[in-house]
Amino acid sequence: MTDRRRRGGSRPPWALVPLAAVTLVFLVVPFVALLQRAPWSSLGDRLTDPVVTEALRLSLVSAFAATGLSLVGGVPLAWMLARTDFPGRSLVRAVVILPMVLPPVVGGAALLFAFGRRGLLGGPVYDGTGFLLPFSIWGVIAANTFVALPFLVVTVEAGLRGADRRYEDAAATLGASRWTVFRRVTLPMATPSIVAGAVLCWARALGEFGATVTFAGNLQGRTQTMPLAVFLALESDREAAIALSLVLVAVSLAVLVPLRDRWLAG
Amino acid sequence: MTTTLTRRLLASWLCLGLVGAAACGDDGGDDASTRTTGATASDLDGSITVFAAASLTDAFGEAGDAFTEAHPGVTVELNLAGSQALREQILAGAPADVFAAANTSNMDQVVDAGAADEPEVFARNSLEIAVPAGNPADVGGLDAFGDADLLIGLCAAEVPCGDFGREVLAAAGVTPAPDTEEPDVRSLLTKVAAGELDAGIVYRSDVLAAGVEVEGIEIPADVNVVADYPVATLTGSGEPEVAAAFVEFLLSDDGQAILESWGFDPA
Repeated sequence: MTDRRRRGGSRPPWALVPLAAVTLVFLVVPFVALLQRAPWSSLGDRLTDPVVTEALRLSLVSAFAATGLSLVGGVPLAWMLARTDFPGRSLVRAVVILPMVLPPVVGGAALLFAFGRRGLLGGPVYDGTGFLLPFSIWGVIAANTFVALPFLVVTVEAGLRGADRRYEDAAATLGASRWTVFRRVTLPMATPSIVAGAVLCWARALGEFGATVTFAGNLQGRTQTMPLAVFLALESDREAAIALSLVLVAVSLAVLVPLRDRWLAG
Repeated sequence: MTTTLTRRLLASWLCLGLVGAAACGDDGGDDASTRTTGATASDLDGSITVFAAASLTDAFGEAGDAFTEAHPGVTVELNLAGSQALREQILAGAPADVFAAANTSNMDQVVDAGAADEPEVFARNSLEIAVPAGNPADVGGLDAFGDADLLIGLCAAEVPCGDFGREVLAAAGVTPAPDTEEPDVRSLLTKVAAGELDAGIVYRSDVLAAGVEVEGIEIPADVNVVADYPVATLTGSGEPEVAAAFVEFLLSDDGQAILESWGFDPA
């Protein structure tokens, strides 16, 4: 009963329907155009090309890793922004959003100046241990995380702010420790926004191009993700580029479509 | 019709995605397939968009300024990217008046599609090894490109500088062990200049343009490759007279002097 009242049955105000329809058309037509240009007859051969399979593997690994890192580091940051009051909080929030505003190529250059071999932090680390982020999958993951993390933090912070704090207060009054309140009350209440944030974060990481190529470089099998492979394929063979883009679209749909219901249900 | 539309969409997508909206000129493509010639230089006015290979960034910046100084009624907008990205944009219907490429094959494809007039070589560029200032890894020559312990960059094989770079290495008998294959020569140079790579193969003009952060090591002439830079006016130009005048300027003594000052060899 509750379920039905919450999601089904209600008819939208009529003015919303045409606007929603126009928006949907605007979003869908580019993909239809892409499908129309796809080299269907040679698609099978192209998809088994090692360039494609290696780029796809790297893209998936780095996008999931970036999402994982963003969850581990981003949820606490979102909690700090939503639940605590400290001087300079709006400045911190602005800094968190900055990678969304920055052109990714600039973000990549900034990463290079920070974590590269001659970078602010990367320099001493490289001199001490020989560890180097650029030109490795770690560099790809770092670039993806840098660019995608804000999407998670902003979404989760909004979710936490929207959640009713009285449940947390009640749990605390009943003797739950702050950690228990966070784990048993705050996190479950924030789950829809965490999942939504993680999905946005993953999608952004999967499509990342500028920061990745600037910071991690481009080498097949090591740092060449799908967007980089698409870009280079575009230089020599437009049909290959479209085929690669379709793979990216298909993989995204395969992950996003099953997720959708669960994420809305929270 | 549909094809034209999708081409236009693809063109604007490419503009937005690859070079930023600011680099794409106004639409002026459709109605000007007829060319008039014989205009005198003095009465030129109009705005042209020049699609030029990334390696021409500085030289064309100066050439554009000199050209507009000589023709105050003219404005020149530059769209700088990899030659093949520019080729794709032009073939997809991007509004452009002049195309200057870093190799002949990209130009030939545009000419074959009927999008460009007869091209002329206006500059040549040889290759050079770029190392960070002070050459911290003691790179001595092309042999370094086979050394797996060094951090080495090349341009991707799909772009002209990567193609030529591999040709040079093959001629020198070196099997490259690159750590990155950059999508264009400028991004390769940026990483060398930042000291993140020990060496890369770029154009001689790029080493000059990079200034004090980068040093050049000459490649022996017997293995070096000389790239021809062709330029052509585009058949879709809305300002064919201005476009032709710009090409003429590049081939003039003044134009050639500017190109030479940026490390290019004369045509």
